[in-house]
Amino acid sequence: MKRLLQLAIAVCACAAPLVAQSNAPDIPYDANADLLKLPDNIHLGEAAGVATNSKGHIFVYTRSGAAHATVGSSRTFYKAGSRLLEFDQAGKFLREIGQGVYGFNFAQG
Amino acid sequence: MKRCLTAGALAAGLLLAAAPSFAQSKAKAQNVPEIPFESVPNFLKFPPNIYLGEGIGVATNSKGHVFVYTRSGDTRLFEFDQNGAFVREIGQGLYGFAFAHAVRVDPQDNIWTVDEGTNMVIKFNPAGRVTMVIGRRPEAVEELTNFSGQGSAPNSNKPYSFNRPTDVAWDKDGNIFVSDGYGDNRVVKYDKNGRFIKSAGKQGTGPGELRLPHTLAADAQGNIYIGDRSNARVQVWDNDLNPKAIYDTVGNPWAVCVSPGPHQYLFVSNSVPDNGDSRAAAQTGEIYKMELDGTIVGKFGRAGKALKEFSTVHEIDCRNPNELFVSEITDWRVQKIILKPSPAKSSAGAAK
Repeated sequence: MKRLLQLAIAVCACAAPLVAQSNAPDIPYDANADLLKLPDNIHLGEAAGVATNSKGHIFVYTRSGAAHATVGSSRTFYKAGSRLLEFDQAGKFLREIGQGVYGFNFAQG
Repeated sequence: MKRCLTAGALAAGLLLAAAPSFAQSKAKAQNVPEIPFESVPNFLKFPPNIYLGEGIGVATNSKGHVFVYTRSGDTRLFEFDQNGAFVREIGQGLYGFAFAHAVRVDPQDNIWTVDEGTNMVIKFNPAGRVTMVIGRRPEAVEELTNFSGQGSAPNSNKPYSFNRPTDVAWDKDGNIFVSDGYGDNRVVKYDKNGRFIKSAGKQGTGPGELRLPHTLAADAQGNIYIGDRSNARVQVWDNDLNPKAIYDTVGNPWAVCVSPGPHQYLFVSNSVPDNGDSRAAAQTGEIYKMELDGTIVGKFGRAGKALKEFSTVHEIDCRNPNELFVSEITDWRVQKIILKPSPAKSSAGAAK
C-alpha cells in the first residue's frame, strides 16, 4: 500500500510538480547578477550552463552567436556560435576555452 | 475625445477594403504651415573601417550622446558623443542582434534595442552591459526549419514572446510598452522589472485594432501614441491600453516621438520607401509636429535623398523638440535637424 502511495505521489509530481510541492519552505537567499566581469567585447547570450571547479573558478557555457549555415553537397551544416568562458572565484574574466572548436554548436549544459 | 474616436471609426470603415495605397499614402491634412529648418551635414564621424547600413534607429541620452542602430553586414549599435565623434560599439556580436528595428534611451540613460530578427527587446545599462531581455530568439534549429523567415506563428499573443516587435516606450513609473509588431498587431505592457501586465490589440481597422503597429511613444501622463502604420493613423491609448483618440490626417506613421519637458509635442513621420510604389513615396516624406491633442503645429521636409529631404524616416529622436535626429532607410544615414519655428503663434494649422 505504502509503495502504491509513493508511486501515486511520483506520478503526481511528474504531472504537476509545482502543485505537488506547494508547501515547500522558502530558503532565504541573496542574488548577485553582476558577479561576472566580462570584457567589453564579450557578451553573454542565453546562459545554458554554469559550473565551478575545485578552486572556485566559474565556467559559463553560453549561446552567444548567430547561426551560420554552410551548404554542403547533400546537406546543410550549421553552427550556432556557443562559447565557453572561464572566470576566477571573484568573477574576473580569465579566458575563453575552445574558441571556434568543432563541437561547440548549441550549448546545453 | 469621443468625437475623435467616432471620426476615426468612420475613417477606418472607409479604408476597410483598401490596402495602403498610392492614394492613401498622401496625408489628408491641408494647408499645413511649413516649419523652416536646417540639416547639419555629416554630423556623425565614423572611423574609417565602420560604415552605416540602413539607418534604422536613432536616440540620444541625457548628455546628448547619439545611439545609432543599423542594419549593416551585421546589425550593430554605435554610440557617438554630442559633437558626433565616434565613442564605441555596443553589443558587438550580441546574440540578440540580427535585424535592427528601434533604439530608445530611457530617463535613466539605459539603452534599449528592439530587434525584429531575433524577436527580442534588450536593455543595456549606460555602461553598455545587458541588464534585461524580453522575448526569445528562436533556437538555431527552429530558425533553419523556418528558413522562409516567417518565424513563429502570428497572433500567438504570448506574454513573453514577440513576433517581429517594432518599438519600446516607458511611462513615468518605468512600466515598459512594446509594440508587437509585424505579426501580432498588439501592444504589450510590462512592469519596470519586465513582468507581464497585459496586452491589447488585434488585427483590424476599428479603434483599438491595429495593422502594423510600427512605432510607439509615451507622454508624461502615461498615454501611449501608436503609429498604426498600415491603417494610416496614430492611435492614442491610455495607460491601461484602452483607446482614447485617433489622428488620421498625417499619412502613414512610420516613426513617432513625444518630446519631454513641460510642453510636449508629438512628431510623426509620413514615410513610404521609394523602392516600393515610388509614386507614393514621392508624395510623402514629411514630418509633422503636433500638439498631444492632435492639433497640427506644422510640417517640414519632403521625400528625397538630398540634405533636408527624407528618405523613409524610420525613427525620430526629439529629446530637444527643436533639434531632432532622424534615421533613414533608403538613404543610409542619420540627419541632425534644427527646427526654426516662428516665435509668434504656436497653434496654426488645421486640427484633425
